[in-house]
Amino acid sequence: MNIVIAGAAETDELGKLPHMSTAQLHLQAARNALADAGMTKDDIDGVATVGVPGPIQIAHALGIAPAWLDGTGVGGSSFLFHVRHAAAAIRAGMCTTVLITHGESGRSRVGAPRPALGPDSLIGQFELPYGVLGPPTMFTLTALRYMKETGLTHEQLAEVAVAQRRWAHRNPRAMYQDMITVEDVLASRMVAYPFHLLECCLVTDGGGALIVTTEERARRSPVHLLGSGESAESPIISQMEDFTTSAAFRRSGEAAFAEAGISHDDVDHLMIYDAFAHVPIYGLEDLGFVKRGEAGPFIAEGHTSPGGRLPLNTNGGGLSYTHTGMYGMFAIQESVRQLRGEAAAQVPDAEVSVVLGNGGMFASAATLVLAGHRP
Amino acid sequence: MTASHKPVPKPTPETQPFWDGTAEGLLRIQRCSACSRHYFYPRPACPHCGSDDVTWVTSCGRATLYSYVISHRPAPGFEQEGPYAIAVVELEEGVRMMTNIVGVEIMPENLPLDMELRVVFEQRGDVHVPLFEPAGGPNR
Repeated sequence: MNIVIAGAAETDELGKLPHMSTAQLHLQAARNALADAGMTKDDIDGVATVGVPGPIQIAHALGIAPAWLDGTGVGGSSFLFHVRHAAAAIRAGMCTTVLITHGESGRSRVGAPRPALGPDSLIGQFELPYGVLGPPTMFTLTALRYMKETGLTHEQLAEVAVAQRRWAHRNPRAMYQDMITVEDVLASRMVAYPFHLLECCLVTDGGGALIVTTEERARRSPVHLLGSGESAESPIISQMEDFTTSAAFRRSGEAAFAEAGISHDDVDHLMIYDAFAHVPIYGLEDLGFVKRGEAGPFIAEGHTSPGGRLPLNTNGGGLSYTHTGMYGMFAIQESVRQLRGEAAAQVPDAEVSVVLGNGGMFASAATLVLAGHRP
Repeated sequence: MTASHKPVPKPTPETQPFWDGTAEGLLRIQRCSACSRHYFYPRPACPHCGSDDVTWVTSCGRATLYSYVISHRPAPGFEQEGPYAIAVVELEEGVRMMTNIVGVEIMPENLPLDMELRVVFEQRGDVHVPLFEPAGGPNR
């Protein structure tokens, strides 16, 4: 049974949207994805989503009577998990057509209560006492160790933001489009040494939705799911086993490549979750595209930039395009656009795309291998 | 040392021995009797071999600096600190934990990775939080 993404769309706007609640962002994205697929809500019998307001309300608000629900909530990678789980559920006969939604008022915080992490939680006892203030002070903690062990320089770390801005410069929907230099990055405000502001992701409002079904049910040229993988490591960053490599990235990538039966040379286009500038470096190495310590120079030499041999984060990524908080949905959306030939910064002849999603801070990961045509 | 406005951890049954230890000036971690390995954070069974034959032992309190960031945007309670180091240290017993580095001016050139550290404790409310300073003592 060939599983496909038969519809994909984002909210009409991304960025600062104080006039829209979290639920509205989900529902607008869902309606846009249904229209993209040429389907109605009555074609949907499965719903998956994460966070507020959850799959029950999404299904109810849209008037869907679901035969299958998935509320897997493992951070920004959750939507990649949903695609994988939806494929399994459809193959198992539990449902036929799954709607996956994301909406997050990450910037305006409309209808978006923050999860309470009490002083008796794991992080409350063993990390919050040390003055951590969200991902900028935790996700970033691994970088100095990586730099010491591999020789990655501050300039090479800055090059990640520069390379992605080259893509965003070609994308009218990107929040930041002006070209930047390494000097600009290193001159931007220090957030948490060694990370400057331009090495940290945006904080935006927005949403996206996908429709996963069988090839037979798709009504427009579908994107094929060739393989997928998922894994997890530590719930708190301080207990990540090796600060220079993500076990969850490696395990999810190996599983997805194995199921798809592809090699790295087959990959035309790559999306790696980029909440901070070091994450694509880990992703390139942990997925096996380059060897340990090579990703920084690889990006700095332009191989992931427009015209390079491995186009990476071609929407501009979380650093320049958008980052609502759970970015994974937008990484999938860009892969779908590239494989359909509809991207703003289109990669010529993109046939196979890989998406690596991160959840939490190297806590969970999932990888999808997508293709424009059936293999 | 006291710091009343910083976040105060709230012990739970499986972590109580750890926090009882810090109140006595002891850094306690768990050790598996079956495979002889140490582990942290507190859990009822060994994450390495799965045995529940585990005991609490006192760490020597010596550590090295594994990685860190210097936060330039203070969390609640840290407003008076200036930029501060959020670090992960590796204890001589092989386990790692998050902490703050104290007793040294917080600048990258003063904080080379793998520098030797020792534990100190800071009282917050009823709880004592483990922090780390240079092994030779404070140098400012």
